[in-house]
Amino acid sequence: MRWLLATVAARFPETAAAVTLELEVPTWAGHRAGQHVDVRLTAEDGYSAQRSYSIASPPGARRPELTVVRLDDGEVSPYLTTILGPGDQLELRGPIGGYFVWDVVDRRPTLLVGGGSGVVPLMAMLRHHADVDHDGPMHLVYSARTESDLLYRDELASLVGAHRAVTITLTRQPASGWSGRRGRVDTQLLGDVGWPPAVAPRCYVCGPTPFVETTADALIALGHQATDIKTERFGPTGG
Amino acid sequence: MNLDGNAAAGALSEVFALDMTDAITTCSTCGDTRALGELPTYMNAPGLVLRCATCNAVQARLVRSGGRVWLDLRGIRVLEVVSA
Repeated sequence: MRWLLATVAARFPETAAAVTLELEVPTWAGHRAGQHVDVRLTAEDGYSAQRSYSIASPPGARRPELTVVRLDDGEVSPYLTTILGPGDQLELRGPIGGYFVWDVVDRRPTLLVGGGSGVVPLMAMLRHHADVDHDGPMHLVYSARTESDLLYRDELASLVGAHRAVTITLTRQPASGWSGRRGRVDTQLLGDVGWPPAVAPRCYVCGPTPFVETTADALIALGHQATDIKTERFGPTGG
Repeated sequence: MNLDGNAAAGALSEVFALDMTDAITTCSTCGDTRALGELPTYMNAPGLVLRCATCNAVQARLVRSGGRVWLDLRGIRVLEVVSA
């Protein structure tokens, strides 16, 4: 796959540490919900750094959007989130991936479990589900540290409907001022809000490696089949 | 800390025309079958290393240097893809 030159068309702040970049890519031929792109930055001295970012926009969007969370000690994300602006260019390769994707032909109940910025590819799935008015049930369980870390908060609330549900749990939020769920995603939470194994939902789990491992283990402990669980891990490869 | 084969998809697209994360791999060592996207993947080595999720044997190594790519697939006995 070839590297493409993308131009930032717009930049939207999501949280204090996250932005969404809307990209103009001249030869963009669309993507599937859950896919990612590789982004490559090259300094004047030739030093080059490369990272993968999930596409947040749904298939059908004319321009792909990436949501990037800044890692303060990162090499790429501080540039993408604080310096890069409309009109600036970057190198991009994608869309990439055919495993961690959701397509409308899938009519099974679908459980999405995201930790931190792991919610981004799941957001593309949820948006796609809403765009096509899909009637297979889809439930997003989203774990973030605090209320101020939540991505897409207002939009998530607006996406809830007859066939879509969203459960948010915060792991480091003080009880005061937050009436929602608190604590990590575990067997208790998934048993509480998820479908029973008899329903055999298709499960998509995305987040940092430890989050993905514990969530997948919890789903299996509850009786879900490993073959129904698709995972995508990301980690501190330099941010 | 390891990632998974999804993170290797871009690099593998330099070699394969099809997306490989959905390909089913069979481990040469223990016979485990699994989607390539699920294989533990190490990006911090000098190259990119995919290992078996069951026996940890090296499944594939990809190294880039000087404008060329080397792909060692000896750890994967069979690679199964959806035909076009």
